[in-house]
Amino acid sequence: MIFIGFFYGILGVILAGVITLVRVMLGPSVPDRVVGVDTLNTLIVAGMILLGAAYDRVIYIDIAIVYALLSYIGTLVVAKYLQGGLE
Amino acid sequence: MIDFIVYALLAVSIIFNILGSFSLHRFPDVYTRLHGATKCTTFGTIFAVFAVVVHSIWQIKETNNPKYLQMALHSLVALIALMLTNPTGAHAIAKAAHLSGYKPAKAVIDAYETKLRGEIQ
Repeated sequence: MIFIGFFYGILGVILAGVITLVRVMLGPSVPDRVVGVDTLNTLIVAGMILLGAAYDRVIYIDIAIVYALLSYIGTLVVAKYLQGGLE
Repeated sequence: MIDFIVYALLAVSIIFNILGSFSLHRFPDVYTRLHGATKCTTFGTIFAVFAVVVHSIWQIKETNNPKYLQMALHSLVALIALMLTNPTGAHAIAKAAHLSGYKPAKAVIDAYETKLRGEIQ
């Protein structure tokens, strides 16, 4: 059974992601873009959970868990690169 | 009845996500942008997961299918992973931005800078 309310939720999350993507494109410095990508990762996890609930597929939510952990590792690696090595 | 609860939770989630992404455009600085965006999107994702959990519990009561129990538990695991990793990543970005030389805009006192130089113990 498909509950139609989750599709409106996904639409709102996509709108927030487009507003965030403007900041990623015209951010004046490198940490601004990193903050934008980190926000976009959180929004993508929320969208994946809502999409899995909308289509009644549990496997989408498992992919959301893996995406959350991998995006965290990516953020940490970029932050370590930005501060100048392993200190 | 439960439809309205799910719609209300989804509305709170959408409002906080869009406010968090607007705060990237209304603040002057890296640190204040990080503050607004991380807090608002984490709060919005919490309410999105709560909407999924309420819908799953309602479906368990209606159809008695064990797939929905799995859906609720995996959503809660995703929420716990996000709540553990999101503030840690924000802290790492803020420390890296300060160490690589980006100063806070319009700030008079920078306590972390003076602590790094050893003037305040």
